[in-house]
Amino acid sequence: MQITVTVNGVTYTHDVEPRLLLVHYLRDVLNLTGTHIGCDTSQCGACTILLNGKAVKSCTVFAVQADGAEITTIEGLARDGQLHPVQEGFWEKHGLQCGYCTPGMIMTAVDFLQRNPNPTEEEIRHAIEGNLCRCTGYQNIVRAIQYAAEKMRSGS
Amino acid sequence: MYPSAFTYYRAGSVQEALKLLMENPDAKLLAGGHSLIPAMKLRLASPPALIDISRVPELAGIRDRGDRIVIGATTRYDDIQRSELVRQVLPILPEAIEVIGDLQVRNMGTIGGALAHADPAADLPAVVLALGAELTAFGPDGERTIPADQFFVDLFTTALQPNEILTEISFPKPPAHTGMSYQKFANPASGYAVVGAAAVVTLGDDGKVAAVRVGVTGAGPYAVRRQNVEQALTGQEPTAAAIEAASQLASEGMTFNSDIFASDEYRAHLTRVFVKRALTAAIERARG
Ligand SMILES: Cc1cc2nc3c(=O)[nH]c(=O)nc-3n(C[C@H](O)[C@H](O)[C@H](O)COP(=O)(O)OP(=O)(O)OC[C@H]3O[C@@H](n4cnc5c(N)ncnc54)[C@H](O)[C@@H]3O)c2cc1C
Ligand code: FES
Ligand code: FES
Repeated sequence: MQITVTVNGVTYTHDVEPRLLLVHYLRDVLNLTGTHIGCDTSQCGACTILLNGKAVKSCTVFAVQADGAEITTIEGLARDGQLHPVQEGFWEKHGLQCGYCTPGMIMTAVDFLQRNPNPTEEEIRHAIEGNLCRCTGYQNIVRAIQYAAEKMRSGS
Repeated sequence: MYPSAFTYYRAGSVQEALKLLMENPDAKLLAGGHSLIPAMKLRLASPPALIDISRVPELAGIRDRGDRIVIGATTRYDDIQRSELVRQVLPILPEAIEVIGDLQVRNMGTIGGALAHADPAADLPAVVLALGAELTAFGPDGERTIPADQFFVDLFTTALQPNEILTEISFPKPPAHTGMSYQKFANPASGYAVVGAAAVVTLGDDGKVAAVRVGVTGAGPYAVRRQNVEQALTGQEPTAAAIEAASQLASEGMTFNSDIFASDEYRAHLTRVFVKRALTAAIERARG
């Protein structure tokens, strides 16, 4: 089936098999390998992308379901060489170790901060329940998101 | 993990979805996909065709119909949570949805998909039972209404026929002095309900319990109402002792699931405890 999607501002049209998962479309067809596959069973969140602005697990969506959609992946967050505030937060606050969970963590945090610009620590922890990290113990991930929230609120 | 191959259809209307369903009797409807796709990836399900109903305009949305609130079957959890109307009138819905899965799951999952799937550990079945909702099904013979009480019939089994589409869920607006609460004991690994209890309580002018409905999910093969608890509390002064006595009945006459995480005995215990918590919170809110 033919689908047209806009990924990070670029429009693509491809003929895909209905069973092709969106994560495989992004990684194998578009070569956007920043979106990771951690579990493939909908649990880890490493594959999280923004579908029409909302964080979703791209291993649990068929590419055909995304026909006509706007997609943002980790590759599309930085603008003109400037890191997105959430990316900057992970950099500044040491929010990653191996980095495997990081793209998904960041995409979830971007959606979350759109809806809750001034979250408590507890709210941040609840928001990233669908993203598993095997390295950091989450503490610095929470700090990274707090950093981003503050930066985005101050409007810079 | 790839599911086995299937034909993909995208329905533009409920009529078209029904027509496709009649032409493809083994096809499955696809709403949010967050129960169906994981099952297909594990090849627990291998439908030859999927009929995507997520873009049917008349199936999504939240409507105020006077004395009822009607939520379309493909309305996503996230849109229900964002609805000011639902927050005001049916606050138990966002309270329960907030503890479903995670942020990403709530962005995709739909209320109708959750109810039609009838996972024994799903949250919303208990809530629609406690709210006394009615579910509308559309099939070859037209439309019919199914009370929530008659909707869940067994493990992953509802009163829907294979060629019926759940179109909307209609909730009566609760009278004044009504409080409601959903209390969940989540499996720490999966996040699904080991036991979830929903209570909706209306107090009379005398402060006594005028009406109460209790729904329990997770505990047994399918979500059930707990009429014995409701009867014990109706007409009573809602004291801590009365709530405790009624909650003790919550596990009576039920079949319990048993798995590696929670034995049937433990689930029976959790049922009593979480029914008590839900009733206590609902009554507190009813007092306002
Ligand atoms: C990681 C993860 C965690 C989760 N945690 C929880 C949790 O804690 N609590 C919980 O309750 N759920 C949980 N879920 C399940 C989630 O709520 C699902 O979204 C929901 O159960 C199904 O809704 P859906 O729209 O995704 O349905 P789909 O997956 O699209 O469909 C499910 C089934 O219902 C049928 N169906 C769908 N819509 C209709 C309709 N309108 N009429 C007739 N049949 C229909 C489909 O054919 C299919 O058989 C979780 C899911 C995941 C992936
Ligand atoms: S790869 Fe999608 S949730 Fe783990
Ligand atoms: S940094 Fe290694 S999994 Fe999170």
